[in-house]
Amino acid sequence: MSLPKPIMRGLLAKRLRFHLPIACIMALLAGATFKFTVAEPRKQAYADFYKKYDSMKDFNAMREAGVFESVRPSGE
Amino acid sequence: MKSKTPAHCRVCPAPVLFTIKAILGRARKRKRKCILGGAFRPRRPTCGFTVFQPNPVSEQNMMSLPMYCDRLDIPLPDKPYQDVLSAADKSLKQKEKGPWNNLSKEEKIALYRIMFKETYAEMKRPSSEWKTVFGGIFFFVGLTGLVVFWQRIYVYPPSPRTFEEEWQAKQVKRMLDMQVNPVEGFSAKWDYEKGQWK
Repeated sequence: MSLPKPIMRGLLAKRLRFHLPIACIMALLAGATFKFTVAEPRKQAYADFYKKYDSMKDFNAMREAGVFESVRPSGE
Repeated sequence: MKSKTPAHCRVCPAPVLFTIKAILGRARKRKRKCILGGAFRPRRPTCGFTVFQPNPVSEQNMMSLPMYCDRLDIPLPDKPYQDVLSAADKSLKQKEKGPWNNLSKEEKIALYRIMFKETYAEMKRPSSEWKTVFGGIFFFVGLTGLVVFWQRIYVYPPSPRTFEEEWQAKQVKRMLDMQVNPVEGFSAKWDYEKGQWK
């Protein structure tokens, strides 16, 4: 029986040649996916919230509800 | 020739099982001293008992010698499976010293069985052990569940008042009044105009 001699060297290098570019691409894809599904919508949501934000109105609403200790509701 | 009872070490009462020559069956009358160096000598009676040698069981003295094992990660065990060969096996071993093309298939298998107990296929055969393992796991997890349930009833102190329905409702109202996470989180899901969840 004369089998061909199996490959004895360079096994890791061969595996890396194949898998390393794939790993880099997957990492970039993961980052891009996160950016465009989570980060960008979140930034937009905050921008939209603060476009129409009236801080005094919200402050007075909170004051009337009685959550502050420095200012009590206007009735008392 | 040699008597059936093993020769005894002159220093300690252990039979001469622990010399290489004794093992090879050539213990000589002169050298009746073993390498234990008197370790099993009966000592002075302290606490009312003496220490004698353990009963020489055949398994006892094999632990210090190379042993055979069937393991997937040890392809060549320390010693062949069959030590004592019959006459047929011995002649087969002689034939093995020649060119192997002369050996028939049955002879090759016989030689394999002399060297090894089980083939890799036999070693890897599936067993039903997993059923026992899972059964045991589920049984003990169930037992633990019963113990925990008993604990809940008889051991735990009363719950804090912050767990009551009324308290929780007041807590939620206070969080909405404070506008906790109004952009994307808690209060963002509450409709302040209508006074209900979105």
